[in-house]
Amino acid sequence: EGAAPAWTPLLHSAPPRGFLSARDGPRYRHRHRDPELSPCSPASCCQLAAVTTLLLPKSRQAAEAEIKHTTEPAPPPRAPALVQMKVKVLSRNPDDYVRETKLDIQRVPRNYDPSLHPFEVSREYTRALNATKLERVFAKPFLASLDGHRDGVNCMAKHCKSLSTLLSAACDGEVKVWDLTKHECVRTLQAHEGFVRGMVVRFCGTSFFTVGDDKTIKQWKMQAPAYGEEEEPLNTILGKTVFTGLDHHQKEAVFATCGQQVDIWDEQRSSPIRSFTWGVDSFSSVRFNPVETELLASCASDRSVVLYDMRESTPLRKVIMKMRSNTVCWNPMEAYYFTSANEDYNLYTYDMRYLTSPVTVHMDHVSAVLDVDYSPTGTEFVSASFDKTIRIFPKSAGHSREVYHTKRMQHVICIKWSADNRYILSGSDEMNIRLWKANAAEKLGVLSPREKQATHYSQKLKEKFQHHPQIRRIARHRHLPKNIYHQTKELKIMKEARRRK
Amino acid sequence: MAKVSNKKRSGRRKRSAAEQKKQEAPEEEQEVSEEEQELPGADEEVTSEEEEEDGQDERRHQKLLEAISALGGKRKKTLGERSEAATQMSEFTVNSKGEGDRIDLSELIDTAQKTPAVPNKTRKQLKSLKKLKKTIECPLSKQESERIQRDLAFQKAASEVSRWNSIVVQNQRAEQLRFPLDRERSGPKPMERVVTGWKAQTPLEKEIFALLSANMQPIHDPVLTPEEELSLKAMSLEDAKIRRAELQKARALQSYYEAKARRERKIKSKKYHRVQNKAKRKEFLKRFDDMAKTDPAAALEELNKMELVRMQERMSLKHQNSGKWAKSKAVMAKYDEGARKAMQQQLEVNKDLTQKLVTSLNQDEEEEEEQQEEEAELLPECVNDAEKGGEPSNPWMRGKLSEDPAEGPAADPEGAAAPQARAAVEEEEEEEEEEGEEEKLLREFDRRRKQRQSEEAETPAVISLVDDDEDDDDDEGDGEEEKLSEFTNIFRGIVESRQEAASITDDSAQLEGSLQRIRTLQDVELLAEDVSAAEPPPAEPQQPPDGPPAAAPPAEGKSRKRKKGIELKEVLTKEAKVIRVPLAPTVAGDAEGGEETLDQRGLIKEAFAGDDVVSDFLKDKRRQEDAGKPKHVDLTLPGWGEWGGTGLKPSRRKRKRFRIRAAPAPPRKDERLPAVIISEKRNSSLTLHQVNSLPFPFQTHTQFESTVRAPVGRTWNTERTVKTMTKPRVVTQLGAIIPPMDREQLMKQEQSKAGAGTAKPQRHTKA
Repeated sequence: EGAAPAWTPLLHSAPPRGFLSARDGPRYRHRHRDPELSPCSPASCCQLAAVTTLLLPKSRQAAEAEIKHTTEPAPPPRAPALVQMKVKVLSRNPDDYVRETKLDIQRVPRNYDPSLHPFEVSREYTRALNATKLERVFAKPFLASLDGHRDGVNCMAKHCKSLSTLLSAACDGEVKVWDLTKHECVRTLQAHEGFVRGMVVRFCGTSFFTVGDDKTIKQWKMQAPAYGEEEEPLNTILGKTVFTGLDHHQKEAVFATCGQQVDIWDEQRSSPIRSFTWGVDSFSSVRFNPVETELLASCASDRSVVLYDMRESTPLRKVIMKMRSNTVCWNPMEAYYFTSANEDYNLYTYDMRYLTSPVTVHMDHVSAVLDVDYSPTGTEFVSASFDKTIRIFPKSAGHSREVYHTKRMQHVICIKWSADNRYILSGSDEMNIRLWKANAAEKLGVLSPREKQATHYSQKLKEKFQHHPQIRRIARHRHLPKNIYHQTKELKIMKEARRRK
Repeated sequence: MAKVSNKKRSGRRKRSAAEQKKQEAPEEEQEVSEEEQELPGADEEVTSEEEEEDGQDERRHQKLLEAISALGGKRKKTLGERSEAATQMSEFTVNSKGEGDRIDLSELIDTAQKTPAVPNKTRKQLKSLKKLKKTIECPLSKQESERIQRDLAFQKAASEVSRWNSIVVQNQRAEQLRFPLDRERSGPKPMERVVTGWKAQTPLEKEIFALLSANMQPIHDPVLTPEEELSLKAMSLEDAKIRRAELQKARALQSYYEAKARRERKIKSKKYHRVQNKAKRKEFLKRFDDMAKTDPAAALEELNKMELVRMQERMSLKHQNSGKWAKSKAVMAKYDEGARKAMQQQLEVNKDLTQKLVTSLNQDEEEEEEQQEEEAELLPECVNDAEKGGEPSNPWMRGKLSEDPAEGPAADPEGAAAPQARAAVEEEEEEEEEEGEEEKLLREFDRRRKQRQSEEAETPAVISLVDDDEDDDDDEGDGEEEKLSEFTNIFRGIVESRQEAASITDDSAQLEGSLQRIRTLQDVELLAEDVSAAEPPPAEPQQPPDGPPAAAPPAEGKSRKRKKGIELKEVLTKEAKVIRVPLAPTVAGDAEGGEETLDQRGLIKEAFAGDDVVSDFLKDKRRQEDAGKPKHVDLTLPGWGEWGGTGLKPSRRKRKRFRIRAAPAPPRKDERLPAVIISEKRNSSLTLHQVNSLPFPFQTHTQFESTVRAPVGRTWNTERTVKTMTKPRVVTQLGAIIPPMDREQLMKQEQSKAGAGTAKPQRHTKA
C-alpha cells in the first residue's frame, strides 16, 4: 500500500551515492575532498546491492530488480510489505587513503596476526633469493683506474688525515700523489734512483717518508712545492745498506726501516736509535702495531716473522714458516692479531701471544700473496697476489668472500684498504692503480633512509638464508679467469692427493 | 706450517763466519770498523808479543799462530799471560820461586793488617772476606742471556697486549659496531652527566647548594634523596618484581572482568539474561544455604535484606503489569509475541521478588503456595488461561488441569516449564485467537485493570473476582460473587469452546503431531466423561504414567488454601504458576530459524550448483592412487619364437612368461582418510631449494629451523622490531676516517669497569 514511496526514494533520489551512469564518469574520476561527493566505485555499488539484499531478505528480488533498472521508474513492488529500509554505504574520506603528493607516504594499516600471513618463510625465501640475485647483478666493484706511472707500482701509502689523497711510488723511483675524488695525479716527484721500496705518511699527515734502492731515507713535505721552488726532500738520511721496508709509529716521531736489520729511527737523528738482528741479514717488510704502538713485526728471509718491542734491546720472538712471508699487517682493532702474506699462496693470521699455530689459514689464492691490508674496522682484510687477483677475506674465514680481477691487471704488488672502509686500492705491475669498492654491490653515495632500510633488510635476508643451496650458489658464484679457475681446481686435487697420502 | 724457534741459536759462530766473509771483502768500511771494534784484545796481544820476541823464527812462528788463531775465532781470547824477561833468565840471579803458584788473598791482606794506615773498617771487611770460601759464578753465555732477555720481553709484551682481551671479545660479541669508535654522540646528554660537571660559583649558587647539602638533598649523580635511597634498598629487586607482576596481573584481571561485564551487558538477548539471572539466583540460594549452616548471623542478615526487597516489591505495583507500558503491551500481546514475552517476564520478576524464602517460611509453605495460586489468577486472563485448570472444583478447569501436568512432565520429568508444554499452550492461544474473541477479552481485561486500580482499597473484592469459580463451588459463596464479571464468564466460555474443539476435531492436535498430544486429548475426553466426579483423585490416574506423582499434592494444597481465605497483600502480589506457562512460541521460532538456515544453505547450493566438489575430489584421489600403483611390465615380443602378424596375438603362456609383475605398493597413508590426499612423492623442484644437511654453526635441526622460521620483514613485524632485527653489524660513517683502536678505549673500559662494577658494558659498541 504505502510501501513503495517509503523505499523507492532511497534508491532513486541518491544517485551520486550508489549509482554511476556513464555520463558522469569523468566527474568522479577527480579526487574529491568533499566527503559527500566521495568517489564512488563500482565496488561500492556492489556493496549497496549487497546491503539491500541483506536487509531485505523477503523483498530481495524486488530490490534487485530495482537496482537493475535504476533509470526506469520502479515497477510496482509485488510484496506490499511494511518496509523502512536504511541503506548504509561505505564511504571513506579520501584524505585517509589518497596521497597529497607522491612524496607522501601512505599509511598502511597492518595486522600482524601470524594467522593472517601464512607462508612467511617461503615469502621471505623468495625475497632473499631475489636479493641475492640482485646483489650479483649490481656487483660492479671496479670504479676507476689511475694511470700515470711509467713503471710498475711498487708501494702505496694512505694519507692519515685525508681520504681523497693517495700516494704511490713506482719501480723507477717516481712518487705520485693522487686526488682520488677527481681520479687525477696532483703531484709527481722523482724520489729515488731505482725502486722506491717503502713509503709511509707521517701520522700528522704533513710529510711522508720514502726509502729506496739508493740506500736513502727521504722525508718529503706533503704540500707541493710552490711555484719556482725545487722539489727537494725535507730530510735525507744516507743509510749503509739498502732499505726494503718502512713504517712509521702511530703517534711518535719514530719510524722503522728494514733491510739487513730492523732499525728504529728517531726523526731528529741520522742514525738509528736501535737496531735488531736475529741471525738473518734480510728483511722484506716491517710494520708497527697500530694499537700497541711499541710493537713491531717484520718478515725475514729465513721464512720467519719476527716480533719486536721498540723499547727492548732484543727481538721478542719469531715464527718460522715453511715458506717466506712477503708482508705482515696488524689488525687495527684487535691488538694481538696479525696476518702475514705468504709465498705458499696462503695467508696466516696469528695471535701474537700464541705463535705455535696460526689462528686461521686463509686459502684461495693460486700464487704467492704479495701484500695484505686490514680494513680499518678490523673485520676483514684484502690481499694482493701474484696470480693477478685481489681477494677479500673476513678476518676469521678460511676462504675469501670476494675476488676482484680484470683482464688488464697484472701481478698486484701493493694493496690498501681506504680509511673509510669503502674502497680498496691496488697497485699492480702494469703501472696502474685501481680503485675498487670494498662491497661490490654497494650503492655509492648517500642513501635515503628507505633505501638504507631496504638494503639492511635484504642483507639480513641473505644472511638468514645463506645456508640454502640456491642462495649459497648464487651468492658464491664468481667469474674467474680461466687459468685461475683451472689452477684452483688443480690445487684442490693436489691437496686431496696429499691428504689421501 | 711454521714453528717457533725457541732454541738457542749458535749465533756467535755464525756471526764469526759472516765476519770472515766480510774480511775477505774489505770494500765495505763499516764491516771492517766493526771488526776492529770487536777484536781489540787480540790486536793488543799481537803487538805486545811482537815487542817481546827476539828470535826471528820464533816470532814468525808466533805470528803465524796468531794469524791462525785469529782466523779461528775472533772471540776466542788467548790466555792473557804476562811474560817477563826475568822469568826467562835471571840477570841478577834473582830466582823467581813459586812462579806457577797461586797467590792467596790472605797473603796479600796480611800486610794490610799490619799497616796502621789501613782503617779499621777495611780491616774488618777484609777479615770477613777471608772467611768466604765461595767463588763467584761465571756469567752466562751471551746467547743464553739474550734468550732469557727475549723470553722476559715477550712475556711482558704478551701480558701488555692481553689487556685488550676484554675489548676484543666484547667487540666480537657486540650486535653492532659503529665506526669511528670514539665519536661523541650527538643529541641531549643525560642530566646527571651535565650536572656533575657543574660547580657552584656565584654566592647565590653557593648558598643554595649549602642549603641543599644541609637538608640532605641530592645534588649529584643519583638524583635521589637519602629517604628514597633507603626505600629503594628496603625493597629488593626480586620483591619489587614480584609485586609488580602481581599488580599487573590484578590489573589485567580487572580489565578482563570489566570487558566481560561490558560485553554481557551489551547482549540483547533476553533469554540469555533470564538464564543468567536464574543461574545467579540459584547460585545465591546455594550460597545462602551454606551460609545458613556456617554463619547463621550473616544468613539472617541476608534474609532480612531479601525480606525487605520482597516487602518493597509487594508494596509496589512494579512488575505487575499494571503500568502504562504493561497495558500497551497487553494491547499488542495478541499479535506480538514479544510483548507477550515481556509481560511474562515482568511477572516472573515479580514472582521472584515476592516469593518468600523457603528456609524462613517453612511453617507457612501452604500460604506460599496459595499465594502463588492466587497470583496466577491475578494475571491477565487472556495470557494465562491455561492456569485456570488449577481449580479442581471446576470440571472444565479440572480437565485443563489434567491436561497440563500431563504435558509438562511428559516433556520434562522435572516438572519445570518445558518448551513442548509451552508450545501446547501457545497452540491453545492461537486457537483462541482464531475464535476471534480475543479483542473482547482484551477489552475486558482493560476494564478489569482500571477497576482494580480504582478499587485498590477494596482489594478483597478483586481477589474474589479472580477466584471466580472456587467461590461459587466452595463454601465461600460471598456477596462478592456479583462482582465476578463477565470476564470469568467469557473465560469459562473459552474453555468450554476449546474443550469442544479438542473433543470434536483432532485437527488442532494433529498440528502438533506428537504422541503425547494425542494421549492428552484422549485424557481430556476421558475427563469430560468424568465431569460429574469433581474430586481431584480421579484426575490422577488419568495422568500419564511417567508424570510425577508430586503433581497431585500441590493441587490438594491449593484446595486447602482456598479454604483459608485470602489476604490482601497476598492477593496483590500473587503469581506463581504463570511462569510455568510460558507463551513464547518457541516451536514456531525454531521453525523459522530452520527455514532461514535452509535458505542460507540453499543459497550456497545455488551459488555452487555447477561444480560437484566432492566427486571431483574423489576422482582426483582415485587418479592419484592409480598413478602411485606400481605397473606391470609386459616384455612380450610378438612374433618372437612363434608366428606373428596382424591379428595374431602372442600366446598366453608367453605373455605370462614375459610379464613382470610389480610388487604391490606399500599402503598409502591416506588409505583410511576419505577426505585427504597425502602425496608421498618428493618434489624435485622443491628439493633444489632445501637445505640438505645441518649447516656448520648449528648443533641441532631445531636451532637452525628456529632461525629460519622467525620472519624479519615488515609484513610480519612492527617497524621497531624490523629495525632492531635488520640493523647491520658494522656501521661506518660516510666519509669519516676510521682511526685504529686507541689506548684511550682501554682506559675508558677500565674506568667504566671500576666505576660501575662488573655489570656495565662499554658504551661505544652500543647501537
